[in-house]
Amino acid sequence: MSEPRMPIESGVPEMEPYLHPVLKKNYGQWAWHERPRPGVLHHVAKSGDSIWTVRAGTQRQMDVYTIRKLMDIADEFAEGYVRFTIRSNIEYMVSEESKVQPLIDKLEAEGFPIGGTGNSVSMISHTQGWLHCDIPGTDASGAVKALMDDLHHEFTHEEMPNRVRMTTSCCQINCGGQGDIAINIQHTKPPKIDHDQVANVCERPSVVARCPVAAIRPAMVNGKPSLEVDEKKCICCGACFPPCPPMQINDPEHSKFAIWVGGKNSNARSKPTFHKLVASGVPNNPPRWPEVSKIVMQILNAYKADAKDWERIGEWAERIGWPKFFEKTGLPFTKYHIDNWRGGRDNLNASAHIRF
Amino acid sequence: MAKQMHDTPMLDQLESGPWPSFVTGLKRLANDNDMMVDLLGQLETSYQTRKGYWKGGTVGVIGYGGGIIPRFTELKKDGKPIYPDAAEFHTLRVMPPPGMHYDTNTMRKFCDIWEKYGSGLIAFHGQSGDIMFQGCSTDNVQPAFDEINEMGFDLGGAGPAVRTGMSCVGAARCENSCFDEGRTMRMLVNNALDDMHRPALPYKFKYKVSGCPNDCMNSVQRADLATIGTWRDDMKVDQEEVKAFVAKAGRKYVIDNVITRCPTQALSLNDDDTLAVDNPSCVRCMHCINVMNKALSPGDDKGVTLLCGGKRTLKIGDLMGTVIVPFHKMETDEDFEWLEELATEILDFFAENALEHERTGEMIERIGLTNFLEGVGLEIDPNMISRPRMNPYFRSDDWDEEAAKWAERSAQ
Repeated sequence: MSEPRMPIESGVPEMEPYLHPVLKKNYGQWAWHERPRPGVLHHVAKSGDSIWTVRAGTQRQMDVYTIRKLMDIADEFAEGYVRFTIRSNIEYMVSEESKVQPLIDKLEAEGFPIGGTGNSVSMISHTQGWLHCDIPGTDASGAVKALMDDLHHEFTHEEMPNRVRMTTSCCQINCGGQGDIAINIQHTKPPKIDHDQVANVCERPSVVARCPVAAIRPAMVNGKPSLEVDEKKCICCGACFPPCPPMQINDPEHSKFAIWVGGKNSNARSKPTFHKLVASGVPNNPPRWPEVSKIVMQILNAYKADAKDWERIGEWAERIGWPKFFEKTGLPFTKYHIDNWRGGRDNLNASAHIRF
Repeated sequence: MAKQMHDTPMLDQLESGPWPSFVTGLKRLANDNDMMVDLLGQLETSYQTRKGYWKGGTVGVIGYGGGIIPRFTELKKDGKPIYPDAAEFHTLRVMPPPGMHYDTNTMRKFCDIWEKYGSGLIAFHGQSGDIMFQGCSTDNVQPAFDEINEMGFDLGGAGPAVRTGMSCVGAARCENSCFDEGRTMRMLVNNALDDMHRPALPYKFKYKVSGCPNDCMNSVQRADLATIGTWRDDMKVDQEEVKAFVAKAGRKYVIDNVITRCPTQALSLNDDDTLAVDNPSCVRCMHCINVMNKALSPGDDKGVTLLCGGKRTLKIGDLMGTVIVPFHKMETDEDFEWLEELATEILDFFAENALEHERTGEMIERIGLTNFLEGVGLEIDPNMISRPRMNPYFRSDDWDEEAAKWAERSAQ
């Protein structure tokens, strides 16, 4: 038997071999940039060199035919180099302005939307879902495809007060991260436990330790060691499910969507913020999740109509106040919007600041 | 020619509309790939029943303990998979170059390898920043990895391990870059490859690197160690460009969107349409530079701010990273060595002191920032707080000694 091949532990590869020559030449020496139109960036280096970037939306999960098509376009209409943004948009860099329009025309003809720059709604950053995850409450690629169909105009135009960055997550771990609008699974019922399986599959003490509200305890059920959940304490977060799959949290009916607004990573103007709950109980309704789209559009339309230039969604809500936010978006305000988790009193109004 | 397609009435509804459809891509692959035919069958079932059907397992490559996400179908009848050709559908997580730059030749090679060994489905990129080669049988994981590895690419992290890092486009194409983001991210991750490829940490550990406080890598809420560019001298103002901007945009626009949007009221528009900046009050938020990027730019004395402990929801709730180093230069080899050593200290401290399944942010919350700083050898700094303590519940037996330390540090 031949020796097994040991991996070359090379780690993160160097950037340089993959860098467009103009980017390489002007590395660290850029002066300013402008956006000649949505989806196009023009960067000027201190050397006087220019690079034009054309940004296009993709489906993120790409088949090799799509990738080869995008590479054919890069070779024929651009200069053989591409990069991807954090939101799975593809970027083509060209050193001559005359190449921009033919590149745009070709990408659009092949069905790739041009946009995602500046004050547009960029591609939704998303997770795996039913396609590949072992704990998903929904599908990510499908929900995002359906939403981006509705948001196509907002991706290809820069008509929002400021950039809008959206995320989705298929469970409450929230791999999608913070967003101006975040669309996340919210379970509404405690886990259903398959007591025959728990002892075989789960390391019980670590499952007990995972629960944020100490609602899980060891128990003997039908003569077998298992776990039981204090359903009055349970907040249905699903933290017990990954280490213990027999504690099934996903439910076709009762796993709903919650919608959150006002997450912001940038330090621009205000400090970074977490997103805040605005809607819940939204049905998980494949294949196109129309109830989700409806609420997202309600929020976006109100924001677009009412926010001032440069206000992100969270900043807009803070300025007009949350009563006006619920009024303008038409979303119901409930007792569940009032934070009762640890530290939650920080989220209450401890002042006489009231808007009328 | 692959086996016959399953009916997919739900998924078919995701082929219409203007956005590129992943379903159309999956179907195209299924024309000559049995795994994709059955993957579509299982995915359609999920859409019908609203349930997921994958479970994890143990699949890896020789020499590594992580980097492969194993997926086995749970959709079975009489113990046999209903969709046997997609019964194994593993993912290889592969680390891209910093900034996710590629030449077309490399992308085509990825496609050829994945057509040969896998499903033909590749995601650019996963939420951790990996290229995800999705859909591989257990037998093909090793040969697929071998060919990708020979191209100069390596597996990323999974499980309780150092995870794949991310850095912004930065110095390669952005005027706001305050240091070499790509070099920094590469150094941080490649210094910790043993903890990436042989998962043995309490839980995951993430490095993310953004070139300026716009934090395009979302590092503050996702990274255990966020490295964010900044500067400590005055921001640069080209007054002629300021005047040109005011002339074009109008005074009202500039006052409403630049001057009054400054979070610390550090800006003022002069009578001659030039800009006055109160630099000691400026918090380097980036807003005015974002609006007037031709006229305003970061200063020359650039470096980084480090924040520790950002994470998402489970278990104790969302946590932002908090400042542990307000400023450090990131120019010379010595600067990079300093960061490499500090990152190693932090990783070692985390490995030794965090509880199982506890992230750095939760650990800091449990033990307190002061204990953490002492453990990794960093000095306290008032830049680490939003405001001083607001309760009297502390013991200060050695107040005089601590006050003397401050006097000593201030004298340096």
